[in-house]
Amino acid sequence: MSCQCGHQDEAAKREALEKVFAHYRGTKGALIPLLQEAQEIYGYLPGEVMRRIAAELKIPYSKVFGVATFYAQFHLKPRGRNVIRVCQGTACHVRGGAAIYKQVRESLALPAGEDTTADLRFTLETVACIGACGLAPVLSVNDDTYGRLVPEQINDILKNYA
Amino acid sequence: MANVTLTINGQQVTVPAGSTILQAAEKLNIFIPTLCYEPILTRPASCRICVVEVKGSKNLVPACAALARDGMVVETDTPEVIEARRTIIDLLLANHPMDCLTCGRNGDCRLQDYAFMYGVRESSFSGEKHNYPLEDDNPFYIRDMNKCILCGKCVRVCAEIQGNSVIDFTYRGFNTKIAAFMDVPMSQSECVFCGNCVAYCPTGALQEKYLRSHARTWEVQKVTTVCPYCGTGCTLDLNVKNGKVVGVTSTDGEVNGKALCVKGRFGFGFIHHPDRLQQPLIKKDGRLVESTWDEAIQLIATRLGEVKAQYGADAIGFLTSARCTNEENYLLSKLARAVIGTNNIDHCARL
Amino acid sequence: METLMDKCCDKCQHSPTTPCRDYVRCRKNGPICHQDENCSRLRQELLARVYMKPEAGMKYILICSGTGCISSGSPSLVKAFEEELAKNNLQGQVAIRITGCHGFCEQGPIVIIEPEKVFYRRVARDDAAEIVSMHLVQGQLVERLLYVDPVTGQAAKTYEDIPFYAHQQRLVLQKCGHTCPEDIQDYIAHDGYLALTKALFEMTPQQVVDEVKTSGLRGRGGAGFPTGVKWQGALNAKADKKYVICNADEGDPGAFMDRSVLEGDPHAVLEGMIICGYATGSDEGYIYVRAEYPLAIHRLKIAIAQAEQYGLLGENILNSGFNFRIKIKAGAGAFVCGEGTALMQSIEGNRGMPRYKVGRSTEKGLWDKPTTLNNVETFANVPLIIRHGGSWFASIGTEKSTGTKIFSITGKVNNTGLVEVPMGVTMRQIIFDVGGGIRDGRAFKALQIGGPSGGCLREEHLDIPVEYDSLIPLGAMMGSGGLVIMDDTTCMVDVARFFLNFTQAESCGKCTPCREGTKRMLEILNRICEGHGVPEDIEVLEKLSKVIINTSLCGLGQSAPNPVLTTLRYFRDEYEAHIYHKRCPASVCQALLVYTINQEKCTGCGACARACPAGAITGEKKQPHTIDLEKCIKCGSCLTRCKFDAVVKQ
Ligand SMILES: Cc1cc2nc3c(=O)[nH]c(=O)nc-3n(C[C@H](O)[C@H](O)[C@H](O)COP(=O)(O)O)c2cc1C
Ligand code: SF4
Ligand code: SF4
Ligand code: FES
Repeated sequence: MSCQCGHQDEAAKREALEKVFAHYRGTKGALIPLLQEAQEIYGYLPGEVMRRIAAELKIPYSKVFGVATFYAQFHLKPRGRNVIRVCQGTACHVRGGAAIYKQVRESLALPAGEDTTADLRFTLETVACIGACGLAPVLSVNDDTYGRLVPEQINDILKNYA
Repeated sequence: MANVTLTINGQQVTVPAGSTILQAAEKLNIFIPTLCYEPILTRPASCRICVVEVKGSKNLVPACAALARDGMVVETDTPEVIEARRTIIDLLLANHPMDCLTCGRNGDCRLQDYAFMYGVRESSFSGEKHNYPLEDDNPFYIRDMNKCILCGKCVRVCAEIQGNSVIDFTYRGFNTKIAAFMDVPMSQSECVFCGNCVAYCPTGALQEKYLRSHARTWEVQKVTTVCPYCGTGCTLDLNVKNGKVVGVTSTDGEVNGKALCVKGRFGFGFIHHPDRLQQPLIKKDGRLVESTWDEAIQLIATRLGEVKAQYGADAIGFLTSARCTNEENYLLSKLARAVIGTNNIDHCARL
Repeated sequence: METLMDKCCDKCQHSPTTPCRDYVRCRKNGPICHQDENCSRLRQELLARVYMKPEAGMKYILICSGTGCISSGSPSLVKAFEEELAKNNLQGQVAIRITGCHGFCEQGPIVIIEPEKVFYRRVARDDAAEIVSMHLVQGQLVERLLYVDPVTGQAAKTYEDIPFYAHQQRLVLQKCGHTCPEDIQDYIAHDGYLALTKALFEMTPQQVVDEVKTSGLRGRGGAGFPTGVKWQGALNAKADKKYVICNADEGDPGAFMDRSVLEGDPHAVLEGMIICGYATGSDEGYIYVRAEYPLAIHRLKIAIAQAEQYGLLGENILNSGFNFRIKIKAGAGAFVCGEGTALMQSIEGNRGMPRYKVGRSTEKGLWDKPTTLNNVETFANVPLIIRHGGSWFASIGTEKSTGTKIFSITGKVNNTGLVEVPMGVTMRQIIFDVGGGIRDGRAFKALQIGGPSGGCLREEHLDIPVEYDSLIPLGAMMGSGGLVIMDDTTCMVDVARFFLNFTQAESCGKCTPCREGTKRMLEILNRICEGHGVPEDIEVLEKLSKVIINTSLCGLGQSAPNPVLTTLRYFRDEYEAHIYHKRCPASVCQALLVYTINQEKCTGCGACARACPAGAITGEKKQPHTIDLEKCIKCGSCLTRCKFDAVVKQ
């Protein structure tokens, strides 16, 4: 069994990034391709990686950040393997959508300001209305929709997703 | 270089080819408002407050960037132009805290000036406003991005004058924000706190922390002087209120333009500091005791004479401060070489 | 000789390093440098197969592999057909080919059998067996998979019988769907790279520019700038380096003509770009493709590699002394990067914020070098113009708008898809002849042309010829050719809001009027749709629109208010109904709807009451129920739940 600490993984990613650097060395306008390739490797753009890209290209950190936040393709935070969307539409709201949202946060033990669990198992989002008002309150996990929820059900639902 | 002749508001003017409409208008003393334009910086033509009507052009044209051309016919305050400028001010105010009463830049704000000039008392739009936290965790300046109009001067100053590029435009559209790498407060960024961005910011988004919380803009008297910190000799304005220096602002200095460094701009606290030495101290019986200048100078002269007599002139060395003026340095050099008779003299900024 | 691209015998010396100027002509009519009956016969036999001619004695299964058909399942068809052919021992007699998009994606996956031109639609994996056994073995049509015209109810045997195609004039799209985009020999067989050969050896750069000027070709990316004039500017510019850029950022919601051309006929775009490079004195080209088009990028990469392999791209192309390379740049998700200056910023590695230009890009463009930027469709027209002549091209379309234009037609019409028609046909012809009229027999209400920068027009405009200049006075524009057809169930305020929502979200944020102004416009529209509109809103919208158009830095802001202005102009009554009467005439805006229960029809089953999330429905069992309008949140749950059509939405 390979080690689970993630270090090995990290080294492999670093190496992959170095290869990308080497490939683009001397190419004009390489910032966006580098960000794209780095995101391929890391799944998102960690600050440290953006720093390395800036250093490689000899451009200001702020510029890399400015470009990365301009384009919709780039994610600056890791995304969970499963995406939970809690509906906050009117119907869900009157039927207690907020309590559901609160329960999900608690079940996932998400610290304030975070929407992805540390183990990258879940990302929590809200949506305006997923068009299942008759089932309010609802949430969806990936492509599955759960309706007529009460907070007590949340833990059981989350168990289904690794 | 060739010249071009154009007509602005019915008056003919000739300017060198490559001049902007704004420059041509300035020559005629015709006022055109600007927000993002700064003569020594690149021109993004982004705020659009400077738009004017150019005959034959489908849309209004930004005077700060559009080149004057031969035969061009320009109007700078037609009803359409006025309407456009008012709307732009209106839109900026719609996303701006209306706390001018207590804003430190009250009375020194372009947005306020133009709102007054074009009679926009308040915004006619109601809707989402930015609600960024106030950033005041560094001792030098406060950043209130809710008051930022995204003219981008600070970004260009940081890149083009200071050469640091600590901040840039980030995110996009309505959410566009000037920020440092990873959108951290400036205290955690690479910022060197020269405050040059503050000097150029047209609104209250960037304010000198001490100055703007200790004096209203009209209470201060500006005293133009030379910065005492180093030999560069930057010109600056001491802002004096009730006989006390409460801050430093940029003026258009011969050697430095508006640029200053963190010491010159923010390091004025020593002036009225209670710990500041105002009388010479002489160590007597192991304790520093206040004395008179006469006594102190007498003592130094005597002791220097003794050292010289006993060990020779080269036993003595002089080190002057970068904070001294040329004249002071000259005098010390005279003292060292002509009076004491040694070449042991140096300066901390000689490097 | 395996493919048309190969040498017929050792006498052929062509390679990228030892290029032959007759290479392209030779692949079709060769050998040219020597006489050999055998070489010539072999080549013609091969050609017949590439052309899928009956003489080749083969049958061909063409499986559409455009993005649309792929998402509706065409990749699994390739395997299914392979298996069926093997089962029936037909491999030697029937060949499978993948093609680009037919522009009729809603009918996908599409399968065509050649040489008999039979068109099968919505072909599922399980249908492969039937097509092979019925059609290919027994020679009988699989009737149930034929296209049936929704208007006449008639089945079309071949694609030529389908009205959707019969009313089109497919020049740019001619090969899309009929040739394999991943095989350069298909392109060569269809006269590909002959235009390049002609330009390189029979024309000077100025003559090429003149030919494009004569053609009257105007940019297909939206603004309609005369292409020849643009090329002349680049040719005149003096510089050590010049660039050619193909704009494949295609961001208008609903438009996918550029994607189809790139996926279905990538070499046409490459050839257009190479010719442009020759004409303007450039040796380097970029294709800026939006990141959401991975298949287009994939096909372009293949096409570039093949063109390089056969010496049609690279150094000393066909021994002409002319060099040209093409690189692909993938966008990163920003609509505004379709705008020329923003696109160049993006290629340079910056935020895609447009720049105020003092001169033209043909003088100072990418990295401050003279740059010719054209749209995909514009470039795809160029080989046709060079091959057939500018006057031929100018004879198609109208005087000021020559050639054809591809529209992507969506919404409430019977046939949706890509439509290529000569400039100057009327909206009515496009909607009713090609599009087959309004779906479900409803009434035509409006059309939206030109995407987020375009406008909404109505019935009285249907007979106006569609060309660059005719739409401008109406407040609309041809744009990139997006065309949305709307019937009486569409709310025009909601449509305006949809487009503004898009542009507002895509504003780069650089200039004040667009960044702040579109936000406020959207807020006002949202308010109106939610029933909180006030009478001043209309005037405020109009005034704000005018300033945004008049003062924005780039085309995005300058055109963003168009959908609002045109709906205000032609459908003002709908705004007024929302504002004054708090009603949405098309029953679209949720907040303005009123749900009631028809007391006659209600059986008192209680299904609605159980479905209502707000507890707004009450009533005794088996007695008619009622909705408390105060509590109702207008979610429509009751409507979907009632089995007796008793819930009424107004
Ligand atoms: C916001 C905006 C988006 C645009 N998007 C595209 C696009 O996706 N594709 C395109 O070819 N042109 C687009 N254009 C037009 C280009 O700026 C440019 O006019 C065009 O690519 C020039 O090529 P053409 O002359 O062949 O049309 C866009 C313009 C604006 C203002
Ligand atoms: S902080 Fe000031 S200088 Fe910087 S963009 Fe905002 S308003 Fe302009
Ligand atoms: S009009 Fe909009 S997209 Fe164009 S520069 Fe201004 S803010 Fe950016
Ligand atoms: S001053 Fe001209 S656009 Fe800002």
